[in-house]
Amino acid sequence: MPARSRRRGRWWAIGVAVAVGALLALLGLPLASLVIRVPPGVLWARLLTPASLAALRLSLVTSVLSTLAVVALGLPAAYVLATRPFRGRRVLEVLVELPMVLPPTVAGIGLLLAFGRAGLAGRVLGWFGLSIPFTTLAVVLAQLFVSCPFFIAAATAGLREVDGRYADAAATLRADPGHAFRRVLLPLALPSVVAGAAMSWARALGEFGATIMFAGNLPGRTQTLPLAVYMGLQTDLESAVALSVLLLILSFTVLLGLRLAHRTPRVPWLGRAAGGGR
Amino acid sequence: MRARRLASVASLLLAAALPAGGRADGPRPGPPRTLTVFAAASLTRAFGQLADSLRQRMPGLVVTFNFAGSQQLALQIEQGAAADAFASADARWMAEIEAHGLVDGAPRIFAHNRLVVVTPAAAPIARLADLARPGLKLVLAADAVPVGRYARQALASLGRMAGFPADFGPRALANVVSEEENVKAVLAKVQLGEADAGIVYVSDVTPEAARDVRRLDIPDAANVIADYPVAVLRGAREPEAARAFVALLLSASGRGVLRANGLVAPAGE
Repeated sequence: MPARSRRRGRWWAIGVAVAVGALLALLGLPLASLVIRVPPGVLWARLLTPASLAALRLSLVTSVLSTLAVVALGLPAAYVLATRPFRGRRVLEVLVELPMVLPPTVAGIGLLLAFGRAGLAGRVLGWFGLSIPFTTLAVVLAQLFVSCPFFIAAATAGLREVDGRYADAAATLRADPGHAFRRVLLPLALPSVVAGAAMSWARALGEFGATIMFAGNLPGRTQTLPLAVYMGLQTDLESAVALSVLLLILSFTVLLGLRLAHRTPRVPWLGRAAGGGR
Repeated sequence: MRARRLASVASLLLAAALPAGGRADGPRPGPPRTLTVFAAASLTRAFGQLADSLRQRMPGLVVTFNFAGSQQLALQIEQGAAADAFASADARWMAEIEAHGLVDGAPRIFAHNRLVVVTPAAAPIARLADLARPGLKLVLAADAVPVGRYARQALASLGRMAGFPADFGPRALANVVSEEENVKAVLAKVQLGEADAGIVYVSDVTPEAARDVRRLDIPDAANVIADYPVAVLRGAREPEAARAFVALLLSASGRGVLRANGLVAPAGE
């Protein structure tokens, strides 16, 4: 009996190893191929061109702005979804998640039809002489649209995990809901909120389809890194690969930094209770 | 649109269902054969119609197209995409894949195309000179896309014509709000009314598109005539069907279809 179970254990281990190896190859090979395709010297030369730097700068500015907006608008939504049971909450949750699974091009068409010059909201903006498509603001809006689900999902989960007794305790101490949220709920859920913001930022940084549809493609104004990669592909494969590697490194650094920071969530004044998040 | 797609699906099903013995030169029964043609986006409509007539001639044949910017198609072919034939919107990208040794035989010019300015029917601009008006939103294809390069040439030529200010070209280019990746994306931005004007091929202004846009013709002296070469590709899986498709393009009936779609077909053989 023990021999048989040991044998089974071995097969199990082999099966797991094969599956993990296959997945690593599938995910890792394309990324590694990008990195080794262009020698480092050429990489730098391609990245330091004015066009590449303009795309990098635009990508950083817009993705940071859209992430700030996602947090500002998404945190209240996550708070409501996590703490208030109400009729239609499931429907609202699905609605908020929808941009995650929608093809970005569809998101772009939707944005155009809503905020374009002939769109529902766009016509109203037009009365004030405002026009959103083809502007940097359109880039930010496109990123906001596609990336907010990542933040809201993580923040809602984090807030929901906080033990309700803390909120009750805060309430017995006569803390108003806003105060309780700021001083108790948010600090406890902070790791998840930060993780959600970082995921949302990474998604915004990689956004392509909705951007080219809604904001168009103009170097310096709406051409972000992913758009520059795509357009570069049509003329100069090497500079496209160089920009891809830059995007890879940026996203990898942020996501890794997040994981490392996440291991030791610390909210000093709450001591050990702050192990929320995961 | 929908009816046409239904009709083509129906004819496909019919072709697949009919016994092959009806014609002496019909194909042997077997797995369906698929002809894959990579073609410039501006050929979408014309090639869709030509495919229908090719299917009638070669029952059982499945024709699939990959429509995109010529530069993108050339890149895909260079990277080993499985295509039987390539129809490009300019000689440059055909030469590019020819240089890579990927063309079987010599490319043939099967059509020419002209540029036209399109403007939204709901809020059209009145004259070509308005393209240089400050604040106008002009959308062109990117410089790497054939139609984008031609459009820039045409704007420069207009600036040298009587009735246009000398700095017309640079001023019009300063109005560009987006450099699109293919000609259909340029048209879409004008159709949706987001751009005040765009430059596309005459063949892009299909009856469907003409409902949303108005045309402003570019005079011959400034217009750029695009050459469309087609070639069978080396390593084609269906060389016979690919050659039949090229022959159809160059035939009288093929030229008729191309002309009906706004392309300029070369005079008789």
